[in-house]
Amino acid sequence: MAAQTVTNEPRRLSNAYQNWYRFSRNPTAVIGAGIVILAILAAILAPWITPYPEHVGAVVNFRARHLPPSAEYWFGTDNVGRDIFTRVIFGLRISLLLALVVLGIAIPVGTTLGLLAGYFGGWVEIVIMRLTDIALAIPPLVMALAVAAVLSPDLINSMLAIAALWWTWHTRLIYSITRQLRAQEFVEAAETLGASKFHILFREILPNCVSALAVKTSLDAGFVILVGASLSFLGLGIQPPTPDLGTMVASGSAFLPDYWWESVLPGMAILVVALGFNLLGDGLRDLFDVQEVR
Amino acid sequence: MEFLSFLFRRVLWSLLVLVGLSIVIFAIARVVPGDPARMALGPTATAEQVAALQEKLGLNKPIVEQYGMFISGLSRGDLGRSLLTERPVNDDIRETFAATFELVLATITLAFVFGVPLGVAAARWKDKWPDTLVRVLAIFSAVTPSFFAALLLQILAGYVLHILPTTGRLPHNMEFVANITGLLTVDSLIAGRLDVFGQAVRHLLLPATALALATMGQIARITRSSMIDVSSQDYIEASRAFGVPEPIRVFKYMLRPSFVPPLTILGLEFASLIGNAFVVELVFSWPGMAAYGIRTILQKDLNAVMGVVMVSGVFFVLVNLLIDVLVGFVDPRVRIRGSR
Amino acid sequence: MSEALLSVRNLSVQFTTYGQTNQVLKGVSLDVPARSQIALVGESGSGKTVTMRAIMGLLRTPPAKIIGGQIFYDGRDLLTMPDRDRLKLRGTAMSMVFQDPMSSLNPVFTIADQMGTILKYADRRLGRSRSAKERMDRVHEVLGQVRMRDPERVARSYPIMLSGGMRQRVLIAMALLSEPRLLIADEPGTALDVTTQAQILKLLKDLVEERGLALLMITHNLGVVRETSNYVYVMNKGVVVEHRPTAELFEAPRDDYTKALIAAVPRLTGGTSFGKSGAAA
Repeated sequence: MAAQTVTNEPRRLSNAYQNWYRFSRNPTAVIGAGIVILAILAAILAPWITPYPEHVGAVVNFRARHLPPSAEYWFGTDNVGRDIFTRVIFGLRISLLLALVVLGIAIPVGTTLGLLAGYFGGWVEIVIMRLTDIALAIPPLVMALAVAAVLSPDLINSMLAIAALWWTWHTRLIYSITRQLRAQEFVEAAETLGASKFHILFREILPNCVSALAVKTSLDAGFVILVGASLSFLGLGIQPPTPDLGTMVASGSAFLPDYWWESVLPGMAILVVALGFNLLGDGLRDLFDVQEVR
Repeated sequence: MEFLSFLFRRVLWSLLVLVGLSIVIFAIARVVPGDPARMALGPTATAEQVAALQEKLGLNKPIVEQYGMFISGLSRGDLGRSLLTERPVNDDIRETFAATFELVLATITLAFVFGVPLGVAAARWKDKWPDTLVRVLAIFSAVTPSFFAALLLQILAGYVLHILPTTGRLPHNMEFVANITGLLTVDSLIAGRLDVFGQAVRHLLLPATALALATMGQIARITRSSMIDVSSQDYIEASRAFGVPEPIRVFKYMLRPSFVPPLTILGLEFASLIGNAFVVELVFSWPGMAAYGIRTILQKDLNAVMGVVMVSGVFFVLVNLLIDVLVGFVDPRVRIRGSR
Repeated sequence: MSEALLSVRNLSVQFTTYGQTNQVLKGVSLDVPARSQIALVGESGSGKTVTMRAIMGLLRTPPAKIIGGQIFYDGRDLLTMPDRDRLKLRGTAMSMVFQDPMSSLNPVFTIADQMGTILKYADRRLGRSRSAKERMDRVHEVLGQVRMRDPERVARSYPIMLSGGMRQRVLIAMALLSEPRLLIADEPGTALDVTTQAQILKLLKDLVEERGLALLMITHNLGVVRETSNYVYVMNKGVVVEHRPTAELFEAPRDDYTKALIAAVPRLTGGTSFGKSGAAA
């Protein structure tokens, strides 16, 4: 018999059907998943499902300015007559893209660092965790502001600034899980059988982190979107006329409370998307019974 | 006493983080971009003007020496001079920091004063309607962006209902300088000016509430789960067996052990809190660090920006230190073992 | 034989969880005379813990339900007594010594605080009143009675500062605060190492004899039974299968279950009391 490594197969992922059944019994989780899927689909299909896709650009329609929500313009129009509903859907694209990029950087970096710190200990652990502590001390918003000053205020820089700090949360999480797992027998068994460090880290320990990672990613997506919206609210996001939810809230706020829809509806969109990810994350957490993730 | 050694360890760690922070910030400001002097003066400045500014700010010296200057200045509380106004950054920040500090203080107070009881109630009536209500509120407050909450509150309480002021720290016609602590609320009480105190509080309410919402929700949730955990512990069962009445059991013997997780959460969340404070300040025209920070960013005044980031970082580290001390105070296991 | 201080008659209890109802106690009867030391033995699931909790009034009545029987203390039925009267007895007339010294003490309060609060509310229930100083004096006094060398220091300490043995003594002291007549000890010392456990058991025995208390000891450890009790009740699956004076039980067990229980105790000389042939001794 070839040398078999002892793998603690995560019970959670291999029983996909069971998990689906349990998940579907949780109403809030299902709602969350629904919102997320809807948002992603809407973002992808934006040009085809929105009534006025041309309003994304520098279009001006002065006769239709500041119109309240109606059958013709579902979310009303803004101060230059553009359809807010269309712009909200396109704005979703930016938000989701932001989440994708930030998490796409933060998760691999953070996970790797967490694995290394948790497994090897010693000065590797000290260095990585101190770095993490330092990065945690800087508010992501403030960091983005600083980067904006140093480079220039636009979307890419903001994304990079957030990503540069976001990996810390994942590092912490994976670190604490790895430390717990390191002491368990299946890791010892793998070591005794001569498995390489690489193998142990990525084929033994990592699969056990997946459920916690899934929960955290889902929750994080919501929070990244919120931070991104705050940044663009401050003017550090993508520049007009490209629609962005935070920017829309900001520019619409000048017309509160009379033309409330210009500010409130994009804001609600942010809220709903963040809510979706949050509920999904909570549902996943209940499903996998993960306790370390906040 | 073992508490002192615990304190000492924490202070040492905090210093380490601060040093690391200063390096990071310095690196961003000096090493990353091209030329701070040119950036500050803009593309229209002549080569001589740029060179002059460079000389003045010591930008031609080796990097390590510049860092040394930065650190020595820092330890004296000197954050350098604004590249533009040439005033010490220190002065500019000090005025605005007090406003931000007062706002954050009010926020934390609100978050705890409302969050903890809500969490206790949710745990007490677990799975009944108070619990569900609290959990729903907590989720919604967590996903509402601060600026949105701020705007909504502004419209609702300010314009629609007209019950609370929506801008600034005091009414325009009220004159008062807070020169003792910098906090309007405290200083006005010390000076015996109750009218100022009243107005200061009224002006604080909306922005602090907008900021506090997210944290309040988190604190309520974690207090709830903490109380539920504690209530199933043997020692609570034992106190029941010994006839300790329920109110004492819940509000004394269950509450204190449950207090640590919310405190810890606050420490972790504090960075986000500072960030959101910036946004809320803008909405309510609160004269805090946010306005200053944003202005200096647009003007590319690097020294000032560095100063703002540094102050935020220090604030965070200090608050976390304070929280660690509080936790050590509440839970003797932390004092002695360094962990729970 | 002196008249029984505590008398359980035909107690039956059922538990309902996840829609299923099980009867965990089926007509259990036992007597605890004053000044006696009774052991209640059984393995996990035998119902001994449920019996104990029923006596102390600690059963959670949603899942649990008492469906029959009486529990007499000093001639009065606890189960039909008004709650207020029952509460008066708790901690004062009969008191419990908890099993796990690690988890039975609140980690964030001092011993003095915990014991003082217990005493304060016990006094209130009994209509006595003591000043704070008098309470502390009593706390120190009781800590001295459980053989603590420095009662004041122990009182000032937090649980984490004390060793396991010391914590168990604190639990015993807590039980003695209001001078109960009946002590119910739940597997005392099982969470400790063997030497410490022996000390604790000796302490219990001494205390009980010194003050003329009645002791009801719940345990699964036959060695403990032999050392500390003069009468034994053996429980299995919710029923009392045998009850005899201790010496008689060990010499000549009558019930099959009791025999198996005794036989399962490993002997120093190797093998069990079944002997080399494998036949029952």
